[in-house]
Amino acid sequence: MKRVVVTGLGALTAIGNNVPEYLAGLRAGKSGAKPITLFDATQFKTQFACEVSDWDPTDRLDKREIRRLDRYITMALYAADEAMRMAGIYNDAGEKIFELDPDRSGAIVGSGIGGLGSLETEITDFTNGSGVPRYNPFMIPKMIANMGAGHISIAHNLRGPSYATVSACASGGHALAAAADDIRLGRADFMVSGGSEAVVTKVGVGGFNSMKALSTRNDDIKTASRPYDADRDGFVLGEGAGILILESLEHARARGANILAEVVGYAASSDAYHISAPHPEGAGAKMAMGNALKYAGLEPADVDYINTHGTSTPIGDTAELKAIQLAFGEAAYDLNISSTKSMTGHLLGAAAAIESVACILAIQHNFIPPTINHFTDDPAIDPKLNLTFNKAQDRRVDVALSNTFGFGGHNSATVFKRFVD
Amino acid sequence: MASIEEKVKQIIVDKLGVDEAEVTSEASFTNDLGADSLDTVELIMEFEKEFDISIPDEQAENIQTVGQAVTYLESSVEK
Repeated sequence: MKRVVVTGLGALTAIGNNVPEYLAGLRAGKSGAKPITLFDATQFKTQFACEVSDWDPTDRLDKREIRRLDRYITMALYAADEAMRMAGIYNDAGEKIFELDPDRSGAIVGSGIGGLGSLETEITDFTNGSGVPRYNPFMIPKMIANMGAGHISIAHNLRGPSYATVSACASGGHALAAAADDIRLGRADFMVSGGSEAVVTKVGVGGFNSMKALSTRNDDIKTASRPYDADRDGFVLGEGAGILILESLEHARARGANILAEVVGYAASSDAYHISAPHPEGAGAKMAMGNALKYAGLEPADVDYINTHGTSTPIGDTAELKAIQLAFGEAAYDLNISSTKSMTGHLLGAAAAIESVACILAIQHNFIPPTINHFTDDPAIDPKLNLTFNKAQDRRVDVALSNTFGFGGHNSATVFKRFVD
Repeated sequence: MASIEEKVKQIIVDKLGVDEAEVTSEASFTNDLGADSLDTVELIMEFEKEFDISIPDEQAENIQTVGQAVTYLESSVEK
């Protein structure tokens, strides 16, 4: 089995449009929540989201190409470009400086929903029109959820494994696992992986509102995402993309790449319980974390930091903490735990990807990003857990675990470790 | 009011992201302006929407240059 290392990162979130900005936002405890600008939300129960803003994709991508893309695909390509540059495949000017073997390189990038905005526009145009179908020929390739991976493979000439994983909010985690497996099993040397999501749209917000999944704290937008707070009232929808470049250790070494961390374990499981509610005792989540550690050959006490799924929903947050306590026992008290969704909102299919980037940044910079917006302790939460409330904490981080769970009961847990020869 | 030719050129500039100077009468959508088969379908559809007409597929296949589009639309659109 090959060792899998991370050599490049890309991040596009409401708290930063690239990795340095994202790092600064995580350290500062920045809230990305803002009034919705992407559509008129005045009649919606929730009128805010963590939108990506002040973002000009043409600083990395061709204007003409962008026209043919849904926002979620543009985001995937944008973050992939940053990650490929960090990995040393391109220089800062975007010129190729390392020739990958295309047949040994691939792209597995997930999306929970795909190009919902493009589909909405086309359906609206049709229903408002004369009845003559004039669907844009780019509608299908904008809408389908695999096109982040498809476009990345085309843009960078990656002819190895390429597809999308779809498991709602766990999509990015399963993409990382699938990409890591291709490297571990020797099927590829170099994989672009992660997730992308852009559904701050009428249907996206309206649909989650109907599920009562979103916070409706319209009078205090900045603090609406408050995981583990007694008054949490739902998640704040985010958007963006996270990309990790995974490589076999041999391949990274041979080309002199800068190794950022190692992917040492990951596991998937299912609650087999309900389409949207988590198992109340966190049974599936416990198994995902336990198996990820087992596959990594690590003990609970080896873990320094857990980046939780922690979406700020009443049931989900406590179920995950129960699962952590079941999986980690007494070691749970020595961990730092935080939900960076308090800052970025919930990026759905991109959540695992940007939260994995946060884990790697925690390892690189020895800090724990905070769970911001904590005001009132929840009596249902064990006060001995360190949930890293409100301020980032300094800590040497050698091992970090990222949890993500999706509608359908899909769980994924990924373990990153400081790279040591 | 913009002429048919001006409107056609504007649609091509918008949809294909090319400079107006490139959009000459002789320019072929695919050979000169970088369009692929989907772009070509989109252009035809935009012409249909702009001029509120329906271009049959067999006619659309013959519209491969800017000039051919202008000629076809000038003859089809009611003045």
